[in-house]
Amino acid sequence: MSRTVKMKVYRGEQNVGQFHEYDVSIDDGMVVLDVIHRIQATEAPDLACRWNCKAGKCGSCSAEVNGKPSLMCMTRMDTLPQDKIITVEPLKAFPHVRDLVTDVSWNYTVNKKIRPFKPRPKAADGTHRMYQYEVDRVQEFRKCIECYLCQNVCHALRNHGKHEEFAGPRFLARLASLEMHPLDSDDRIPFIKEGGGVGFCNITKCCTEVCPEHIHITDNAIIPLKERVADRYYDPIQMLFRVLTGNK
Amino acid sequence: MAQYTTHEFDVLVVGAGGAGLRAAIESAALGAKTAVVMKSLLGKAHTVMAEGGAAAALQNADDRDSWQTHFRDTMKGGKQLNFYRMAELHAKEAPDRIRELEEWGAVFDRTPNGLINQRNFGGHTYPRLAHVGDRTGLEMIRTLQDKVVHMAAEIFMEMTITHLLKNGNRIAGALAYSRVTGEFHLFKAKAIVLATGGGGKAFAITSNSWEYSGDGQALAWRSCAELLDMEFVQFHPTGMVWPLSVRGTLVTEGVRGEGGVLLNKDGRRFMFDYIPEAFRNDVAATEEEANQWVAEVAVGKRATVRRPPELLTRDVVARSIRAEVQAGRGSPHGGAFLDIASRRTAADIQRKLPSMYHQFKQLANVDITKEAMEVGPTCHYMMGGIRVEAETAMSTLPGLFAAGEVAAGLHGANRLGGNSLSDLLVFGRRAGWGRPSTRRRNPRFQPDQQEIEKAIADNLACFARKGGENPYTVHRELQDMMQDNVGIVRTESELKHALAKLDEFEKRVANLSVDGARAYNPGWNLAMDLRSMVVTSRAIAMAALERKESRGGHSRIDYPDYDKNFANVNHILSNKDGVMTLRAEPLPKVSDDLKQYVEEA
Ligand SMILES: Cc1cc2nc3c(=O)[nH]c(=O)nc-3n(C[C@H](O)[C@H](O)[C@H](O)COP(=O)(O)OP(=O)(O)OC[C@H]3O[C@@H](n4cnc5c(N)ncnc54)[C@H](O)[C@@H]3O)c2cc1C
Ligand code: SF4
Ligand code: SF4
Ligand code: FES
Repeated sequence: MSRTVKMKVYRGEQNVGQFHEYDVSIDDGMVVLDVIHRIQATEAPDLACRWNCKAGKCGSCSAEVNGKPSLMCMTRMDTLPQDKIITVEPLKAFPHVRDLVTDVSWNYTVNKKIRPFKPRPKAADGTHRMYQYEVDRVQEFRKCIECYLCQNVCHALRNHGKHEEFAGPRFLARLASLEMHPLDSDDRIPFIKEGGGVGFCNITKCCTEVCPEHIHITDNAIIPLKERVADRYYDPIQMLFRVLTGNK
Repeated sequence: MAQYTTHEFDVLVVGAGGAGLRAAIESAALGAKTAVVMKSLLGKAHTVMAEGGAAAALQNADDRDSWQTHFRDTMKGGKQLNFYRMAELHAKEAPDRIRELEEWGAVFDRTPNGLINQRNFGGHTYPRLAHVGDRTGLEMIRTLQDKVVHMAAEIFMEMTITHLLKNGNRIAGALAYSRVTGEFHLFKAKAIVLATGGGGKAFAITSNSWEYSGDGQALAWRSCAELLDMEFVQFHPTGMVWPLSVRGTLVTEGVRGEGGVLLNKDGRRFMFDYIPEAFRNDVAATEEEANQWVAEVAVGKRATVRRPPELLTRDVVARSIRAEVQAGRGSPHGGAFLDIASRRTAADIQRKLPSMYHQFKQLANVDITKEAMEVGPTCHYMMGGIRVEAETAMSTLPGLFAAGEVAAGLHGANRLGGNSLSDLLVFGRRAGWGRPSTRRRNPRFQPDQQEIEKAIADNLACFARKGGENPYTVHRELQDMMQDNVGIVRTESELKHALAKLDEFEKRVANLSVDGARAYNPGWNLAMDLRSMVVTSRAIAMAALERKESRGGHSRIDYPDYDKNFANVNHILSNKDGVMTLRAEPLPKVSDDLKQYVEEA
């Protein structure tokens, strides 16, 4: 069954642009990315967007669909309201390049600041033994497909522009994956506090809500990191002493 | 004069999938000034999509495994057409390459005693695939990516190489355009490693992304390096068939590895009807035996009986599904049913196959823990590609190397699942060595200035041309033509028709018109990629016409059986003054120490 939908797609360069309306005939089961491709093939061959896998695995096709940060390839048209025009626009927290494409290079810069994995020595038998129960939580963070939807919604970045001081939820999750890696022997707490700026997160959980991989970024990564930072920088014996003596 | 920015490197790696990143890590570690160029962003290459695992005889899940068995399985799966030396190096080195990933931070699923777990896959005698649920490629690319950014390698994202440049008969550099700005970049290099992956985007039903236009194969052929075994294209048996918009999207073989069965519309487990003689002793004879195997592996035991026929090699399973559909026993949307729901618990399925669960839930409204999936063959992988030397990964053009899917030789007529990810690591690393002489002592060669100017003019011609065709239309038609005539089963008349059509497509591609400007213009990008698709498609069709037999990924209706005359020859495609020519060459003879592991083909 095919029907015609009205789409409003943001077109332009470096934030100079506007929404263009397209009437597109769509078939059952189509996702937003299919519709964008159909517009390219028929009306606007130079309509810019990123995509690769078309299966929610590569994190390339992030955009805001009806204002909601989403993967275009995993957003089925029949899940969107049928009585309204559907809008598709680029992620807002990153510099605009063209049409639906933004400049996400800041994320790569942040990633590079994270020191590489530093394994402890191998066991005497030449192996690295780790048990599934030990790696489960690390594997959760490593599911990240770097779609940067979480970075896009985090108000510390989106509204307060803390790009210099704050790594954002994606890279806090990555830091957690290293910090909790059974083999990693590096001390990452100072960086998590200073470079990563874990303190800028005030636990709104907006990142967790948009994560297409359903990673519990706030509960499982950020809160434990905050606790580890607190343990290190607020010496418990001193704190106890303060409580007992009433000294501030 | 045309405008461009010049860069100078020792080694230019084209492609940032597993093979390219592994090559770059090696090359940078050896002190060569290294660049990595890719069409997409870092971390988005095809490798990220790989699901099932990487094959290596680690002996963690079954200590009966060995590199010799892995070698034997690879040769058998490839119908003995593999370059045995590559299969040998691959089987021997894969375990170290996997352990090295762990050393770099990869977190594979674990065995009960804390080692890297391994799963069963088609054609592998023992559980051999190191994996992370069904997102192994993501784990691999992320590990390599996080490693490479701390090395002395410069990363160029969203940049497409369109021409290799030579100086006499030696590689001297390459020309690229930035997809973001549309500007040109000249890379001068002593050695170039092509790690550009496959070319499935020339087919209508495919698991491959837009990047897979066969650029590397075409670039190499244009520069007069030889291509090998191009007729062997792998159609993966299980792609999604419904809804139409996701037709072709891969359903990992891991589903069958975890016990999934294939059924026709009458509920018959039809794979028992299609067991080839050569594999008769490798698979279960009855459903009871097959079920026992699943019961054993599900609880992590060593299998004591033979595996289900669903785990036969991909060529066999893909043809069987097609035959069932042709016989009118297909599923409602023209595929077969793949059922895991009745085989494993919902919890097991969600833990072992989480991304398949989500993929079907979100894209097809199917809950795979409750219902069967509908699946059918999809163009997936190219066994053929650039001819390389096993030890060095060098092509027949001095200074040009190739590794990963773009290279040929390891997989012969059919690739075993899981052998690609390990291939990327083993031969990516070897390609990264370069030949020491190409790096240190040799000077950098100066690309010919006229060649540069011509390359840039070539790339821009479609902007100036008015009234030419739209690249999207031509692409769609090329895909349909290839799917219909050079697809999963082939005949002489269709292949001849395809070659005649490709002459037309070549002209049409040279006559495209593109709207808009150069900055981030996908229409222009597609016009560039189509030039590669036409070359790669022609190589496939030519070699397919010449191989008058059926073997592995190549099936001829007019020659349905193996033919001894083709059992020991490879087809080599070369460039004679711009014209593609083909010759047959005898396979290298398997060395005496390995003879015991290979069988008559
Ligand atoms: C859905 C899916 C699942 C799979 N699952 C498995 C599995 O479980 N196990 C397994 O072993 N194999 C699997 N495969 C196959 C395997 O993933 C691929 O063969 C392998 O990842 C290819 O890696 P590569 O390094 O050769 O190239 P890719 O990872 O494809 O990378 C190619 C790179 O080259 C770049 N490139 C291409 N052309 C140009 C150009 N002109 N200029 C600049 N850069 C260029 C691209 O941008 C990209 O960076 C799967 C494949 C698919 C599609
Ligand atoms: S929970 Fe923290 S990191 Fe996540 S969106 Fe809120 S402030 Fe940002
Ligand atoms: S954590 Fe989730 S939302 Fe953030 S980049 Fe990774 S996958 Fe995307
Ligand atoms: S295209 Fe890969 S996540 Fe959408």
